[in-house]
Amino acid sequence: MVEITIRKRQREDAAFTQRKFFKKTARGKVIKVVRERYLRDDVSCGIEKCRECASTLESHLPFSGAVDHKLFPNGHFVLPDTNVFLAQMDLMESSFFRSPIILLQTVLEEVRHRSLPLYNRLKALMKLDEKRTWMFYNEFRLKHNFIHNRETAVVREVGESPNDRNDRAIRVGTAWYNTHISLTRPPIRGRPVPVLPTIVLLTDDVGNRLKAEKEKIPCSSVQQYYLSTGALTAGIKAGQLYQGHFNANQFNFLEGSVTVEAYSKPVLLIGRENMNRAVQGDIVTIEVFNEQEWKAPTDEVVDQESTLKNDDADESDEEGERIVIEEKAPRPEGLSRPISEKQPTGRVVGIIKRNWRAYVCHIDSTSLNSSTTTSLSQQTVFATPVSRLLPRIRMRTRQAPALLGQKILVTIDKWDITSRYPEGHFVRALGKVESKEAEQESLLLEFDVPYRPFGKAILDCLPAEGEQWVVPPKGAHIPAWRDREDLRPLNICSIDPPGCEDIDDALHARRLPNGNIEAGVHIADVSHFVLPDNPMDAEAAARGTTVYLVDKRIDMLPALLGTNLCSLRPFVERLAFSVIWELTPDAKIKKTRFTKSVIASKCAFTYEEAQIRKDDLNRQDDLTDSIRLLNTLAQKLKAGRMAAGALNLASPEVKIHLDSAESSDPIDVEQKELRETNSLVEEFMLLANISVAEKIQEAFPQTAVLRRHMPPPKANFERLQDILQKRRGIPLDVSSSGALAASLDKCIDPNEPAFNTLVRIMATRCMLSAEYFCSGSVPKDAFGHYGLASPIYTHFTSPIRRYADVLVHRQLAAAISYGTLHASLHSKTHVEHTLDVVNKRHRMAQMAGRASVEFYVGLALKARGERSATLRTGKVTEEAFVIRMFRNGINVFVSKLGIEGLVTFKRETRFDANNYTFVIPGSGQGGEDVVIAVFDKVTVSIEVEKDKNTQRGKVKMTLFKPIVDSI
Amino acid sequence: MMSLRIEILNEGGFRSDGRRQYELREITFDSTTQASSDGSARVTHGLTEVLVSVFGPREARVRSQTLHDRATIHVEASIAPLSTGDRRRRGRGDKRILELAAMIKATFEPVVQTSLYPRSQIDIFVQVLQQDGGVLQAAINATTIALINAGVPLTDYVCAVTGGAHAAAPMLDLTALEESDLPHMTVASMPRSGRLTLVSMETRLHIDRFEEILRLAGEAGAVIHKEMRAVVKERTKGLLEGMSIGLRVSKAAEEDAMVENE
Repeated sequence: MVEITIRKRQREDAAFTQRKFFKKTARGKVIKVVRERYLRDDVSCGIEKCRECASTLESHLPFSGAVDHKLFPNGHFVLPDTNVFLAQMDLMESSFFRSPIILLQTVLEEVRHRSLPLYNRLKALMKLDEKRTWMFYNEFRLKHNFIHNRETAVVREVGESPNDRNDRAIRVGTAWYNTHISLTRPPIRGRPVPVLPTIVLLTDDVGNRLKAEKEKIPCSSVQQYYLSTGALTAGIKAGQLYQGHFNANQFNFLEGSVTVEAYSKPVLLIGRENMNRAVQGDIVTIEVFNEQEWKAPTDEVVDQESTLKNDDADESDEEGERIVIEEKAPRPEGLSRPISEKQPTGRVVGIIKRNWRAYVCHIDSTSLNSSTTTSLSQQTVFATPVSRLLPRIRMRTRQAPALLGQKILVTIDKWDITSRYPEGHFVRALGKVESKEAEQESLLLEFDVPYRPFGKAILDCLPAEGEQWVVPPKGAHIPAWRDREDLRPLNICSIDPPGCEDIDDALHARRLPNGNIEAGVHIADVSHFVLPDNPMDAEAAARGTTVYLVDKRIDMLPALLGTNLCSLRPFVERLAFSVIWELTPDAKIKKTRFTKSVIASKCAFTYEEAQIRKDDLNRQDDLTDSIRLLNTLAQKLKAGRMAAGALNLASPEVKIHLDSAESSDPIDVEQKELRETNSLVEEFMLLANISVAEKIQEAFPQTAVLRRHMPPPKANFERLQDILQKRRGIPLDVSSSGALAASLDKCIDPNEPAFNTLVRIMATRCMLSAEYFCSGSVPKDAFGHYGLASPIYTHFTSPIRRYADVLVHRQLAAAISYGTLHASLHSKTHVEHTLDVVNKRHRMAQMAGRASVEFYVGLALKARGERSATLRTGKVTEEAFVIRMFRNGINVFVSKLGIEGLVTFKRETRFDANNYTFVIPGSGQGGEDVVIAVFDKVTVSIEVEKDKNTQRGKVKMTLFKPIVDSI
Repeated sequence: MMSLRIEILNEGGFRSDGRRQYELREITFDSTTQASSDGSARVTHGLTEVLVSVFGPREARVRSQTLHDRATIHVEASIAPLSTGDRRRRGRGDKRILELAAMIKATFEPVVQTSLYPRSQIDIFVQVLQQDGGVLQAAINATTIALINAGVPLTDYVCAVTGGAHAAAPMLDLTALEESDLPHMTVASMPRSGRLTLVSMETRLHIDRFEEILRLAGEAGAVIHKEMRAVVKERTKGLLEGMSIGLRVSKAAEEDAMVENE
């Protein structure tokens, strides 16, 4: 039988017991709410062996608190205020934080009002045994006697804001505890004076601390508190925090990674909470978890659009709760995963620098309330970025219906801690989706390619003669001829891809009387026209590189230079920078000479023409001999290079056939063909680059502009090694580039010639990308170029389209005492800074080029699909190789089109992660199981499907052979 | 929802107003309110306040409703617009008000010894002055006191208490906040005989909780009964004292007169 009592209220308490407040209803009516509360004296302080407070069976705070803190040798308890929990929940949850915590009811209620997710975390924290938390119901405590002159129930005073009232309640609570302890443990005669622990108010609010100090309440800021906690500082010193660039996973929007130097594998960030609102490219600080908590990356494709399609763009209160639920769901953990696949796992604890820019997006049509074009009401909608690496952006706009089906530019403004999506605003519309102009511009914007036309200040730096500029006639006093060699009589020719306008290299070779061979590489003398520190130079440095799209070229230098004055066209005299070697017939370098020169190219070949000319045995002229000579040398050079361990890498390259110049409708795609002459040019360019690199490194050891390719970490190859071993029984030796090259040569499938290329492509992806660097900022043993197996390398041969080459030209000119080096090239920081930009632009340009090809492949496929639809020849199918497996799909590579695609299965499959196989039960013709493994050749049907929502044309692949996977 | 952000019963065992599960709110009885009535009482349960005035037994006004063997009980209720925060005006025909009146009538018909007053009527006017949960219980408790004050013979006290259940935890004497969130019922019991005269449920209550709450409410009725009896006794004592003063005064006057006569 329970005891039923009536709570009596003292009349004089009326001020404490009634609480009045006004509430505004949804309809705007104001309601006065009166609530009462019953104050009591039986609220326990929760400290062990307290003689005043009734003890309960629940966990108690230790009698003398935590005694290991430097600032409080007598022992202490912490009493955090609300903001500590709101802002530093991670700290409070950390296992390093061991002090007993007194949690006031005021604080808990405030947390609950401010953030439900944090409140739930706090509740969970209270339940942890190791945390020693006591919840003190300070708002209900009042006692009428003479011992305690202060009690903890607090009434809001006139003119006091609710926040101030709560702060005061927390201060009063802290003071009460301290008094309570001193009163319940009075000194007893004959015994030593008892040591009293302190209750420390933990608050980051300076105003609150000042008031507390005035009231003589012990207090501390969080930083002050934990910086003096030995354990935590040790944690930071032990290097658990790292910095790096955040990379989102394009297959799974709930996963990202950060590469830090301390680990060979990138640090994995799983789940939205651990990614902590980082966006692709941000510089973040991360904390790495204990090794037990490391996880393997997911092998599942999680698409943001389909997973989160039910999210409402209008912010709602419950969003916080749903985050918690949803976060748990899509993470089935593969139990059978080998431990070796586990990666360091961690979470983002801070964002050092945002990398936000304008993103090309589509409006998500499902997030629109009303799509009538006349609607001018402000709506909150989702903008889905084109890049899969980015989260959807929430934005408010009045023109949403009009923007539907357009490509638009959106920038991110902020990302609140409570929000699942960043918020942004509309910048401008680019045009209709799939119109070429919009696609092209969006591509350039997406990869941050500067594409504005050159300004007047820049064009003013060009020679005044314009198109009419010619090499002045030879004369001792003509400045253009100063220190220039006259190489006009030589049989120089250029070999380039068809349609090339910016010819920046030309070659010659001739036999010398002593039996050796003289070979020369002549590079357009861009530095003669582009002088340091003028507007044109600045613009070129900012652009960094020329960007090649399928149907457009974005020049680094104004077209007058690129396609005319610097272009080594045939039959005209041009200024050049020449590297001339004396080589033995075995292609050993006897002598190297660098000189500025004047040349007159005798012919501009395409690779094909040169090849035909060389192979045509009837042609016996100097020029053809020159090509043949170069070719034999190149073969020897290549053999030498390969013996030294250079890699023969492959990347998918395709060529788009355009219908006609005007419409530029692609009609088909084919793979690029490689000829002997390609290799010829390549070998001599490599040789020139290496020779120049050696020269400028010798002349300017601190500031030489070089290029290196770092050896890839072994861990990068682990997966490929494992796949090759398990599927084909082929070992892959990655101990050095030579060993890798050798074992790549052995990766042959007699039935499948493309297999070797496939493995090479996959190996290439395991590698790091090459980069420019300043010789003074890197130790000398790190100069090496892994792919080329050369100890030193630079870029010298394409100054028209690469800015680094322009710098190299200037340095080389100074090295041969042609002129003085501009001061900026003596400054290490300046060179470093310039190269940073160039590296970034270079990367972006490559991606833009690839994206452009992809877009045209898409268009071509669409055209092909339409053609086959009219001809009723069935679906477009292509052969493809499986290159990667996910839990619910496979990644295939269509070598003929140079594209990759994702095939997700609709039917039930068994995925064997250890053997990289998929078993599709009972799907064979006789009902037997069909097995698909990595490297298998399959046939996929390819179609371009328009995403109804984003209007984005998407290449969609479905399995066609060995089974037809469709519903 | 407001209720989402307030805990009904927290882990320390406290309700949102600082009471524990089985603690009733402060109760006050005031019998001196309305002099013009034959008996009145103003009862508060926490912030709920009800004023009941009783007139009668007196001659029945409406002939058609008079019963020849007993008195009729006529209950009229009104809820003051100022009793709630949103100040809603309820007319006399409002269903809730009619229901409240009907429930009070049904509760007291078996308790009032009506057969002692044939062809007469007893008027009970219930006015709800403030609401914070438990209006019915307050009205019933106030009516009991008012009837006693009016000198209407009752077979027993009627003591009403609201009980509800939060998850599996029963609690007594709900505030408006709790009432809006929990299944609850009001039980009117007669503590001396242990019988119930009213059980009212407006929400669905799980059958497993029902029995427990019913029992608890009965026990809580006994607690309230004690309180009521103390109040009634106090008042009776006052009345008796008043009577004795009156007696003494008249006696003294008589004696004075006698002295004068002598």
